[in-house]
Amino acid sequence: MSDFSSALWAAFSLVIQLDSDLAEIVFLSLKVSLIAVSGAALIGMPLGAALALFRFRGRASMVVLLNALMGLPPVVVGLAVYLVLSRSGPLGVFGLLFTPTAMIIAQLILVTPIIAALTRQVIDDLWREYEEQFRSLGAGPGQRITALLWDGRFSLATAVLAGFGRASAEVGAVMIVGGNIDHVTRVMTTAIALEVSKGDLALALGLGIILITLSLAINGVSYVINEKARENHG
Amino acid sequence: MIPKTSILLLMLALANPVAAEDPFIIVASTTSTENSGLFAHILPIFEQKTHIRVRVIAAGTGQAIRLAINGDADVLLVHHRASEEAFVAKGYGVQRHDLMYNDFVVIGPRKDPANIAAMDGAAAALTNIANAETPFVSRGDDSGTHKKELSLWRAAGTDPNKASGAWYQEVGASMGAALNTAAVMNAYTLSDRGTWLAFANRGDLVILSKGDPKLLNPYGVILVSQNKHPHVKTELGQRFIDWLTGPEGQTAIASFTINGEQAFFPSAQ
Amino acid sequence: MGKSESILPLEFRQVSFEGGGKRLIKDLSFRLDAGPRTIIIGANGAGKSLFLRLCHKLIVPSSGEIIWHGANGRNPAPAQAMVFQRPVMLRRSVAANVGYALSLRKVPREKRPALIEEALRMTGLNRLAGYSARVLSFGEQQKLALARAWVLRPEVLFLDEPTASLDPAATHEVEELINTIHQAGTRIIMTTHDLGQAHRLADEVLFLHRGRLLEKAAAAAFFTKPENDLARKFIAGDLLWWKRGKDNRNQISEGVMK
Repeated sequence: MSDFSSALWAAFSLVIQLDSDLAEIVFLSLKVSLIAVSGAALIGMPLGAALALFRFRGRASMVVLLNALMGLPPVVVGLAVYLVLSRSGPLGVFGLLFTPTAMIIAQLILVTPIIAALTRQVIDDLWREYEEQFRSLGAGPGQRITALLWDGRFSLATAVLAGFGRASAEVGAVMIVGGNIDHVTRVMTTAIALEVSKGDLALALGLGIILITLSLAINGVSYVINEKARENHG
Repeated sequence: MIPKTSILLLMLALANPVAAEDPFIIVASTTSTENSGLFAHILPIFEQKTHIRVRVIAAGTGQAIRLAINGDADVLLVHHRASEEAFVAKGYGVQRHDLMYNDFVVIGPRKDPANIAAMDGAAAALTNIANAETPFVSRGDDSGTHKKELSLWRAAGTDPNKASGAWYQEVGASMGAALNTAAVMNAYTLSDRGTWLAFANRGDLVILSKGDPKLLNPYGVILVSQNKHPHVKTELGQRFIDWLTGPEGQTAIASFTINGEQAFFPSAQ
Repeated sequence: MGKSESILPLEFRQVSFEGGGKRLIKDLSFRLDAGPRTIIIGANGAGKSLFLRLCHKLIVPSSGEIIWHGANGRNPAPAQAMVFQRPVMLRRSVAANVGYALSLRKVPREKRPALIEEALRMTGLNRLAGYSARVLSFGEQQKLALARAWVLRPEVLFLDEPTASLDPAATHEVEELINTIHQAGTRIIMTTHDLGQAHRLADEVLFLHRGRLLEKAAAAAFFTKPENDLARKFIAGDLLWWKRGKDNRNQISEGVMK
């Protein structure tokens, strides 16, 4: 497979030359996905915890819905966000289409159900263990949520990483709402799609290798931090 | 289920951090102009002179027109004359300007199993492909190239849709993706010359039919009308169009080559 | 935590509890006054754990009333604490486990370190303060559970088979702690199926059998001349067994094995 060796070479030379376009694209990818995932965690974790802890009407259907939304097709999310942010759409006046903000919103919508659903599972398991003790200590609803989120932090870190993986790997949504504008909204995945459509498969694969390497690095670092922390306070 | 307020907060917090420096316009265009490298060649000249940033959304002609109709672009630069004129006639565009042209070419495997290279004209070439039932990859995405291809089939008196899924493969994708598919299948396809010249993954494909006047590929440029969308950046957009159709822009277009070959020919009046 | 008046005595009035269609606690009526250490004994399945959970309001009775006479309308829960058979350790340090109980009771932040320190010293865990609670041994975890309960200075402390999973050395330490807490003025209400432990700790005994209270007596009287026939056999070391029929309601067979 000469394509693979030339892809490795393309990736290698891009990194070695510290290609400034590449750096810009990598930086934007990380920025967009990190902000989207942080927002999704802020929304998804309390939501997931509340679904695990509280019994209310429609809870079961919400859990099913959330689990189903984990598989939201990015293209559909992209299209929906496009229709909302388009100048002809309800939020068109903000002029957010084809900006990194639009990409963040799309990824936030994609990732929030993942983090919320995984959080619900983690907190549900933990609550089974803690319930009597917490009730005995007299912990109120808000205190339960914060304590369980804190005590579930190691498993929840994995949920956030899963969300980050989804955000940084998807192309369908950011392509539609970002527009893949050079120097403005071009990220790793849309750059790869562009190189594919130019027929430069080696460069596309090279960019893919860099993306995977970045993802590996982020996951590796989190794993090490997580293990250290777990050793100390599992 | 996501609180509206948090979305709004996020929007306000992050609203377009890049926009602060230079003014910019959004140009909805085709993949052929972006993928061939034309924009990368001419835009820096314009941006350096005017300090107006040009943000290009590269899509199929159909999708680009859709964006402009929704008011999501300031300038439309595409290659399907009939659609462009309809766009202006419906009041979405101010005026269509001729910009440049090149031509479409019929691409196919070097061995040419349908023997189209010897045929006179594109319609005859397509007739041969249909008769031989050799694989043909169609864009199938309502792009300018797709519309051109359909008009060529009409001229050939053949309805390829009857063979859709058999030898006629509609991939519903960009020119580059269609070329990638054709390269793998050793199939025929129609491409604009710009994308073809810059395309790196040709496999065994070569140009087999060209030069028919029907294969002419004219590009037009249109300012999106402020009547439909008041926020359109008319002044900046008009400056871009004036530059493109003026001597500097036309020279810049003419000077763009791919592997030594001129890819687009200026045609502004 | 302040020294307000006692929530005791505790009274059960014809309390029953049903679960899964079965009556698991039947018509309990009795009164517990301030003072002695009360040990609830009975075979596994007699309803001891349910009994404690009813007292602590972790479950509510299907019928009957549970009244804290001294509470005078105030919530009796903050004056209680409970230690479970399997200690529930938060995924935090030993000190933070104790601190969490204080934070729930809104004890001012600056007062917490001294209270934590004292509770850990009492349980002999102070040198482990910074360790993760979940790496402790089972016995240490149970002592931490006692420290976490004690730091709240409860008036009533419920203990549900606190030494059931411990080795004799750890059992001894936990029993000593229970006595210390008792001497500090906390009312001990504890279940066990271990007769020896009941001997060692009880001032007062409640004998439960199949969800019924068969005997309530001072410990000395209970162990020397129990009034109830089954209690006598239980003390003598016989196995009290019972089994439900196929329809799960009627046809209960039971017996005593010497």
